[in-house]
Amino acid sequence: MTLHARRRIVNHVALSLSILATAFGLFWLGWLLWTLLDNGLSWITPRLFIESTPPPGSQGGLANALFGSAILTIAGVAIGAPAGVLAGTYLAEFGRTSRLGAAVRFVNDILLSAPSIIVGVFVYALIVLKTGHFSGWAGAVALALIVLPVVVRTTENMMRLVPDSLREAAAALGAPMWKITLRVVYRSALPGIMTGVLLGTARISGETAPLLFTALNNQFWSTDMTRPFPNLPTVIFQFAMSPYEDWQHLAWAAALLITASILAINIVARILLRRARP
Amino acid sequence: MTSAEAAQDVRSLSPGQPARSRARRISIADQLFRALAAAFAALVLLAVLGVLIVLLHGSWPALKTFRFGFLTSKEWNPVTGQFGALAPLYGTVVTSLIALLVGVPVSFGIALVITELAPAWLKRPIGIAIELLAAIPSIIYGMWGLFVFAPRFAAHVQPWLTDHLGHLPIVGALFQGPPMGIGMLTAGLILAIMIIPFMAAVMRDVFETVPASLRESAYAVGCTTWEVVWRVVLPYTRVGVIGGVILGLGRALGETMAVTFVIGNAHEINASLFMAGNTISSTLANEFTEAVTPIYTSSLLALGLLLFILTFLVLVAARVMLSKLRTRDGVHT
Repeated sequence: MTLHARRRIVNHVALSLSILATAFGLFWLGWLLWTLLDNGLSWITPRLFIESTPPPGSQGGLANALFGSAILTIAGVAIGAPAGVLAGTYLAEFGRTSRLGAAVRFVNDILLSAPSIIVGVFVYALIVLKTGHFSGWAGAVALALIVLPVVVRTTENMMRLVPDSLREAAAALGAPMWKITLRVVYRSALPGIMTGVLLGTARISGETAPLLFTALNNQFWSTDMTRPFPNLPTVIFQFAMSPYEDWQHLAWAAALLITASILAINIVARILLRRARP
Repeated sequence: MTSAEAAQDVRSLSPGQPARSRARRISIADQLFRALAAAFAALVLLAVLGVLIVLLHGSWPALKTFRFGFLTSKEWNPVTGQFGALAPLYGTVVTSLIALLVGVPVSFGIALVITELAPAWLKRPIGIAIELLAAIPSIIYGMWGLFVFAPRFAAHVQPWLTDHLGHLPIVGALFQGPPMGIGMLTAGLILAIMIIPFMAAVMRDVFETVPASLRESAYAVGCTTWEVVWRVVLPYTRVGVIGGVILGLGRALGETMAVTFVIGNAHEINASLFMAGNTISSTLANEFTEAVTPIYTSSLLALGLLLFILTFLVLVAARVMLSKLRTRDGVHT
């Protein structure tokens, strides 16, 4: 075989394998989504949104878990996002070269990729053990700790994209630093910051591990955040692992709902991001 | 501190002028704003420190009781109060290695297709589809793995593996045993699918940092696409690619729900990958709320500490690698 022929063959084989690898990756996405639609779609009925989770062997819905998840997610974002935006502001505006800035940036990366179950264990030891019982607030704090690093990272990146000449122009007009940040930098970085908040929301919507020992679960409708709180991921975990068929159907329906909403949030975030960086 | 000092200077330079109170008001507002932002930045630092302290404090009783034996014992018996981390540690490392073994070549292929092969109109859709794979929650992978993947894996793939690889020396033992569908291998494969998007995204990003002139020069001297990637792009981005792989490893080590569904949850160490096992995170997910004795809870917290240290080291390694690449490119982070 000539060198030329060998190089051509190696090239073809390698590139074919790469295309195969891409198909392999996309194949799982297709299969997963198909499974969810196939198993979940027929169980999505009005009843799902009206009735609470049933005891074994009887029918019911997911209303309490849907409501509980929405509240937990909103509370998590409401705690985590403002803190994240301010910390990101520090990194982008004040701490670009400071020692605190470097340390926070590094630690934020650690928090960003730390296993979410560790966050659950941390909040358990910090809040659940101290208060003596599982509670919705503990769940919200755990979720907030997961939103936090996502928002810090995107806020810093997006504020850095705002050209310094804009800041200097505002400063030249006599605007104080806080006004420059609020009125000029935030305004132009807003779509990007929103993207970060949305991505954080998407990330915690399906998080299960940190809720297992913080919010736990609640079979009934509950609005009391100081008690165990119903939520969709834990319902999926319990119901899917159960031997009862009704419960398993509900778990599939819940899985479809969660995945669909997360994919929707991701797509909205992408559209926002595109507008943020033309 | 520099801007605070500058503000001080401004104040001392303009004593007793009408503008003074206004300037002071502004500088106070500025300092307040700065202090507020810095406080929340410090909160991030405190959160991670807090995790470390809480885990250390909580696992102290277990570490004091079992000492170094905690790492080397595979005994895990809530009744007798004997706890060792070896089985979950083994499971964590083995499943993560399987995930890397499968995931790295696939991620490399995907990154290659996106950066070198795909026509411009196809790059974005492929990229987005792969990123959506990362957005799907862990628990969904778990359900799908247990109810859809595992039965098919047991029926079609595992017998084939036993027939074709089971009789090989050394590696053979890995593929023997009853085809149950769930177990270490299944967990590793599902982890691979879950970390592919992360690694592929990093590889794509670092491949795109290769200067076009370098790539074009290689093509100009007659390199094939593969040679450009293997001999030019990969050596140029090696540090970044390794960083991405380590980042994927960090993800795999800590993944909880998907693994909990499919690994079988048994405190065992078996030669066969078909057998049930356990990882640190799945042990925590399964047993944390059931731990009744203080030493049991403390041992679980010690497992958590172990996982945190493990992922911490891995992530630090990944960051160091990736920042080396950035410094070389002259990009400040």
